[in-house]
Amino acid sequence: MNKALVVDNVSKYFDGKSEVSLLKQWQARLTGGEIEKPKPINAVKDVTFEVNRREIYGVLGPNGSGKSTLIRMISTLLIPDEGTITVFGCDSVKEEIAVKRMINRVSVDAAFFKKLSPRENLLYGARLYGVSAAEADVTARDILQRLGLRPNSYTAPMEEMSRGMQQKVAIARAFLTQPILLLLDEPTTGLDPRSKREVQAFINELRDTHDATIVLTTHDMQEAEALCERIAILDEGEIVAEDTPDGLKRRVKGDNGNPPTLDDVFLQLTGKHLVKEDESSEEEVIEPVL
Amino acid sequence: MLGHLTLDNVKREVRQEFAFVARNFNLVKRYWAWELVWLCYSTANALAVSFIGAGVGVISPDSNVNTQFLITYLIIGTLVWGFMSQIFNNIAEMIAWERWEGTIEYTFMAPIRRISQMIGQMIFAVLYAMWFVMVIGTAMVLFFDIDLSNANLGGMLVILLAGSVSFAGIGVVGSILPLLYPERGAQMTHIIQAFLLLVSGVYYPTSVLPDWLQFFSQFSPATYVLEGMRTAVLPGSTRSDNLFSYILPLLVIGVVMLPLGVYLFQRAEVYAKRKGCLKRNG
Repeated sequence: MNKALVVDNVSKYFDGKSEVSLLKQWQARLTGGEIEKPKPINAVKDVTFEVNRREIYGVLGPNGSGKSTLIRMISTLLIPDEGTITVFGCDSVKEEIAVKRMINRVSVDAAFFKKLSPRENLLYGARLYGVSAAEADVTARDILQRLGLRPNSYTAPMEEMSRGMQQKVAIARAFLTQPILLLLDEPTTGLDPRSKREVQAFINELRDTHDATIVLTTHDMQEAEALCERIAILDEGEIVAEDTPDGLKRRVKGDNGNPPTLDDVFLQLTGKHLVKEDESSEEEVIEPVL
Repeated sequence: MLGHLTLDNVKREVRQEFAFVARNFNLVKRYWAWELVWLCYSTANALAVSFIGAGVGVISPDSNVNTQFLITYLIIGTLVWGFMSQIFNNIAEMIAWERWEGTIEYTFMAPIRRISQMIGQMIFAVLYAMWFVMVIGTAMVLFFDIDLSNANLGGMLVILLAGSVSFAGIGVVGSILPLLYPERGAQMTHIIQAFLLLVSGVYYPTSVLPDWLQFFSQFSPATYVLEGMRTAVLPGSTRSDNLFSYILPLLVIGVVMLPLGVYLFQRAEVYAKRKGCLKRNG
């Protein structure tokens, strides 16, 4: 099967937050007045794209453009309201467990049991995927050594580690299960330049040696250009352009007569400013109020 | 349920269930200071309640109370409630815990069936509750003269195990609340626990409750565990005195509640994935 991922006319809506307080809504109910209904917010709008096997596919977009919502839908953490997502031919809703076996995800927030050590966290994660602890332990040490984690950090609590180091453990956690579709949601945010390069080299190696397909969201245009074979630009939930990095650059004009860069592509197609890395926390999905 | 029943599938299933047992023991180990505080508090609380039995004769010298009987009655209440509430807490807080740590998305993204997650959590909960109650029970033996020579120990064990399944089922239902209500769900589970404490006759016979509360007592598994344990331990009852009449309702509640809880949890998970409730941490 050549298609690793098919996203077909996918949309996602979230309940909006009402501007009127609950008390006033009850007052309106009791007095028979008009009740303001929260407006649904269309976080992802009719998105369609395909990713080929062994391809590294980039999704770029400003904060709030729907990148993380899209990744969550592919990860089976959100159910699309419209459209379908298939991973190597398996539907993400109807064949959820089969899809989960093929994927893993690294997100910008390295979520761990903070009191536990990298070893304890990684063995927990590996066991969830049915990997034996002995096998996972050897692989985890190897990956973390490759990513530059000090050996004595392996058994110390995660809370004692820097954010960058925690992110490396998060990357190791995803690689440990040998996913054939890896979803990287801003994986190098918070890493120093050397660590970024190590991770980027590792991503390339994973694709080449483990036959993995990778979907990458990032704010780092250099990273996108270095890694991605094709890139989709997402803005306000919609794909506004999809092409190779060079193809995208041909669509826009460079700044001050210089050849166009991906930064120019981003700015001109989204009409928004680039987000500095330290501001680029995980984009906010519109959250339900319950 | 296991797909093809191959050795590899069974191994994977066992590893997945063990993931929760190992993780929770690691958390207990890392949060040892909190565990110690909680254990001390629970032991002091159990002793304080049991001393009420010793104090009744002093408070009301004219009352014709069998102090030893009353102390044993209260000790059974504190130990059984300690055991059951630990199981309930561990299972009901399974989601709340993941929300506090921010790991909920990773656990829900893993290719694990919810029933396997529940089984793993339940195994840990029973082991932890047994250890917890053994420590408190040891403290009780040091303070009070407890006579178990006429107790039906086998019957007690069967009742406890049957009660564990029932309480696990209620715990699974309770764990739905933090799944649906990220901010207040964990507190809501305490309301269920408080209500069970009130209606189950932990420190008194349910017959002293108002009729409308007694109505709810019959649906609480703790009612049958407590009555069964008291029948098995306290003098005046024969060794096998109708223990089955307590075990049967426990098995019925367990058989109904556990699958029902898992089913409701799965429905709630689908709802949470539609509404985007998994993301937020409470």
